[in-house]
Parts: sequence; C-alpha cells; structure tokens
Amino acid sequence: MSALLLLEQGLNGLQFGLMLFLLAAGLTLVFGIMDMVNLAHGSLYMIGAYLMATLAQATGSFWIALPLAMAATAAVGMALEAGLLRRLYERDHLSQVLATFALILIANDLVRMIWGPQALLLDAPRALAGTIEIIPGAPYPAFRAFIIGVGLAVAAALYWMIVHTRVGALVRAGASNREMALALGVNVKRLFTLVFGLGAALCALAGAMLGPLLAVQIGMGESILIQAFVVVVIGGIGSIRGALVGALLVGMLDTIGRAFLPVLLRGFLSNNIADALGPTLAAMAVYILMAAVLYWKPTGLFAARG
Amino acid sequence: MALSRSRTALALVLAATIAFPFLAEAAGGGYYVGLMTRVMIYALAATSLNLVLGYGGMISFGHAAFFGAGAYAVAILAQEGVTSVWVAWPMAIAAGAALALVIGAISLRTRGLYFIMITLAFAQMLYYFFVSLKAYGGEDGINLVVRSRLPGLDLRDETTFYLLVLALLAGCLYLLGRLAASRFGAVLRGIRENEARMTALGYPTYRYRLACFTIAGGAAGLAGALIVNQHGFVSPGLLDWTQSGTLLIMLILGGVGWLYGGVAGAAAMLLLEEVLSLWTGYWKLGLGLVLLFVVLRAPGGVGSWFARGNARG
Repeated sequence: MSALLLLEQGLNGLQFGLMLFLLAAGLTLVFGIMDMVNLAHGSLYMIGAYLMATLAQATGSFWIALPLAMAATAAVGMALEAGLLRRLYERDHLSQVLATFALILIANDLVRMIWGPQALLLDAPRALAGTIEIIPGAPYPAFRAFIIGVGLAVAAALYWMIVHTRVGALVRAGASNREMALALGVNVKRLFTLVFGLGAALCALAGAMLGPLLAVQIGMGESILIQAFVVVVIGGIGSIRGALVGALLVGMLDTIGRAFLPVLLRGFLSNNIADALGPTLAAMAVYILMAAVLYWKPTGLFAARG
Repeated sequence: MALSRSRTALALVLAATIAFPFLAEAAGGGYYVGLMTRVMIYALAATSLNLVLGYGGMISFGHAAFFGAGAYAVAILAQEGVTSVWVAWPMAIAAGAALALVIGAISLRTRGLYFIMITLAFAQMLYYFFVSLKAYGGEDGINLVVRSRLPGLDLRDETTFYLLVLALLAGCLYLLGRLAASRFGAVLRGIRENEARMTALGYPTYRYRLACFTIAGGAAGLAGALIVNQHGFVSPGLLDWTQSGTLLIMLILGGVGWLYGGVAGAAAMLLLEEVLSLWTGYWKLGLGLVLLFVVLRAPGGVGSWFARGNARG
C-alpha cells in the first residue's frame, strides 16, 4: 500500500515538475539570452489559461482550442516583446523588475475587465476523464498521465531543437555569449522575438494542462512564477537541461515532501512536533534547496555561461 | 545657494507634516491622518531598502521578510502579554536585524540575478513559515490584541501615533544621511561602484555589505512594528513576494540612492493608489501604466525631476 502511494505521489511530482519545466524553459531562455528579468512570464501563463478556457467553451473541443490558445498566446507574447520589452534589454535589472511588475498589475486588471472576477472552469477532455492502470491494481487519473506524456514529449522536442537545429545553435550561442553572437551577425532581434513567442506558447500549454487541475483565476501566475524562478536559478540561468533537472527536483521535492515529510518526521520526533514541523518544512523545502544550491554552486547546477 | 534652498524646503515640508494632523482633524478629515501615517511607515520601510539598494548596490527582492518579521514580533509579544514599546519595538528591530544577518551572510556570497533570487527564496521560506505557524494564526494572520503602550503617550490616538511615526521616520532619515556621509557610507559607495578595487585596497567588502544589510533589516523591522500597530493585524500577506516588489517599486519610483527616495516613492505610490481607487475599481491598471511610463520616460524616478529642477535653478 505504501509503495503504491509512493508511486502515485512520485507520478504527481513528475507531472508537476514537467509543468514547471514548461514555464521555466521559456523563462530561462529569456533570462539567459536577453539577460532580462521577466516577472510577467506568469501573466502569460494566466492569459494562456484564460484563452484556453474561453476557446474550449467556444469551440466545444479541448483539442481544437489547444493549438489556437497556444498560437494566440504566442502572438500576445511576441507583440509584447516587439512593442515594449525589447526596449528593456539594455536597461538594468531594476528597470526590468519595475516594468514587468507593472505588466503583472496591468494584466491582472485587464483579465478582470474582460473575463470578470470569477474563476473560469476548464474541463479535461472527455476521453481522458477516467483512470488508467499503469501497474495493475493502481489506478491513476488518465489526464494526469497525459500531462506527463505531453511534458516528456515537449522536453524531448526542446532538447532536439536546442541541440540539433540551427535555431537551437543560435539560442545556445546567445545564452553563453551574447556579445559574441551579436558580433557574428546573428539576427538577434528576430531570434529574441521568436524565443519569446516560443516561451509564451509553452506558458499557454502549461495553462491548458494545469487549468483542469487548478483553478483558472486572476493571480494564478504569481505563485507558480516564483516556483519557476526557483527552477531556473537551481538549474542555472540560460540552461534548458538545468531547467529540466531543476523542475523535476522541485516538483518531486514539493510533492513528496508534502505527502511524506510529516510521516517521516514521526520516526524521529514526538507526534505533536512532527505534525507541526512537517508541513512547515515541506512548504519551505523548495526554497531551502534553492538556497543550498546557490550556497555551494553560486551560478546554479548547469550554468550556461562559462 | 542650492543648499540653503533645499534646507528651507525641508523645513517647510517638516512644518507642514507636523501641522497636518491638527488641520485634518479640524477639517473633519481624520481618515487622512491614518492614510498619511501609513505613507510614512511605508516610507520608512522603503528608506531601509534604500540603504541596501541605493547605497550598497544590492538588489534585495526579499525585504518584506524583515518588515513582516518586525510586525510578527510585536503581535506575538502582545499575545504573550508584552505590550511595552520599550520591549516590543526593540525586539522587532532585533528580529529584523538578526534575520538580515543570517540571510545576508548566506546571500551575499552570490551576485547579480542570483542575489535577487536567493533573497526572494529566503523571504518565501519565511512566508511559508508564518503560514504554517498555527499557534499564531497561520494563514489567517493574527490580530494585535492591544496597541503597544508607551508611558505618557496614548498611542491609540491617531494624531499621537502619527507624530510618533513622523519622529521615528525623521530620526531614521537623519541617521541614514549621517551614515551615507560617514566613512562607512563612502566605503559602501566605493564597493557599489567597484568592489574589486575596494578589495584590493584592503577593505573587507563582505563585512561592510553584511553590516549594511543588517542595519537595513533592523530598520525594516521597526517599520513592521509600526505597521502592525496601525493595522491592528498582521498576516503572512505582509511577507508575500509582491510586498517586496512593492517596496522596490516605491524606491525606484522615488529615486534609488537619493536620501528621500523612499519617502517620495511611498508617498507617490500610496497616494496615487488612493486617488485612482476613488475613480475606478481598476486602479491597478492605472498604477501599472504610470509605472511603465516612469520606467520608459523618467528612469531616475520622481526624485530626478526635483534634481533636474535644481540643476536648472
């Protein structure tokens, strides 16, 4: 029984980690290539989820809505990049923090204006409503299993893109030495817009996947944004591989910690203290991990910049 | 000439702020006394951040942790029966400073973006710590059972409290000005501009930065003690990362590294919020647009307009 529970929580951790990876991948590229702190990344996730919920309602199909929502969010992201964020690349981090924090405020109120203050409902596709048995006797929700599949597929596709395509080579060049890439005549403007659009599309994908599990509501981007930042920093800014490792670490630690830490602590401490300390430590675990990583490796696990 | 003019301006502002609560009470605008008290408390918090960011050059994205810790220190002590200003407020300062010492000792090993993120991580740890602190309200926060007591003064009176906050803010600004002008301040600015050179000159730069970070944490703790007294309530929301962001924004809005940057920024932001929320429920949209405008058109903050005006005059 306990082994089954461990397996289930492990899968949940994997699923959460992969979704964090979708957000962190775009964030780490923007961070690494443009040297830009983009707090508004969480707002793109929120906008993606809202577009997804609306389009799913309008078209009546999760599957038609998904590519539309991703394309629309990518368009929003690219417009934002070309219209505003592009001007911030040369500015210091403080200005970037201020401007993108302002974007969060604006995005939250715009969404409230358009969709109202109530949370939206986004249903999982009907075909994935049931459960599947990965191991006989251990039913697991089909939609969560689907999310894991999508996450793994995206991770593989991104890896292939970064390592084997020309765009990927440009992205790597930009992340490890931006000035040199510029000097070699890379069309950075187009590259930056493209990367931003890709990041926004991944945000929408994450929003579409998590929408049926969590609520589609205003402010949904803020808490997950911080977790995505933690992932990026643990993995090393600008590194996709680091983002994947960091996301899985964070997802697993968070999920497993919440499920098992209180039980585990009872082995060492009295029940009262364990019950009080367990949830606290579990909630803090991710941030403790991050502080520890930065303490021993101040540029993250896989620093892109040499 | 410029000096005497700025001194006159300072005296005028000070006189106006002292007279304000009496005039407001007389005009039946007691609400505005509370509002201005809140402005001054946030001004103190933003000023403490100014020491770290403006003079020390460290972008701390976790300053709300010290602010919140001070507030919780006072609220928890009050629940345990300790309500004297002379005990509770120094404890709030000590809580902020001690936390800053520990967090700073670890965080200052990192640089740039990583420093921003590690301070954020520590603030988040503290946020979740208070969320799960069930004995003191957990997620819902706790009420301050009774306002801190100071023999001879009735702090429940809004005007008295306002004047006390004003005195503390003025005192902190004076100290910050002295600190900035001292040898310590000069070393800090040197580290901000070129740390490698200061190290080569033999300055223990890490210790200087840590001292600066710790002092600022203590000042933020004091601001926390004041805010919990004004609101009569503290919840983990006070330590949320958006609070740290708000403090940063106030400071940038007012002018980083300008002695009165925190004051100008807190006043500009909170009053803007007040005015906009009178017009529309979507005041955050307006605030966001103003902030964007400041970033793109007036990167030096509100303070730079004054500075430019001075340069012309």
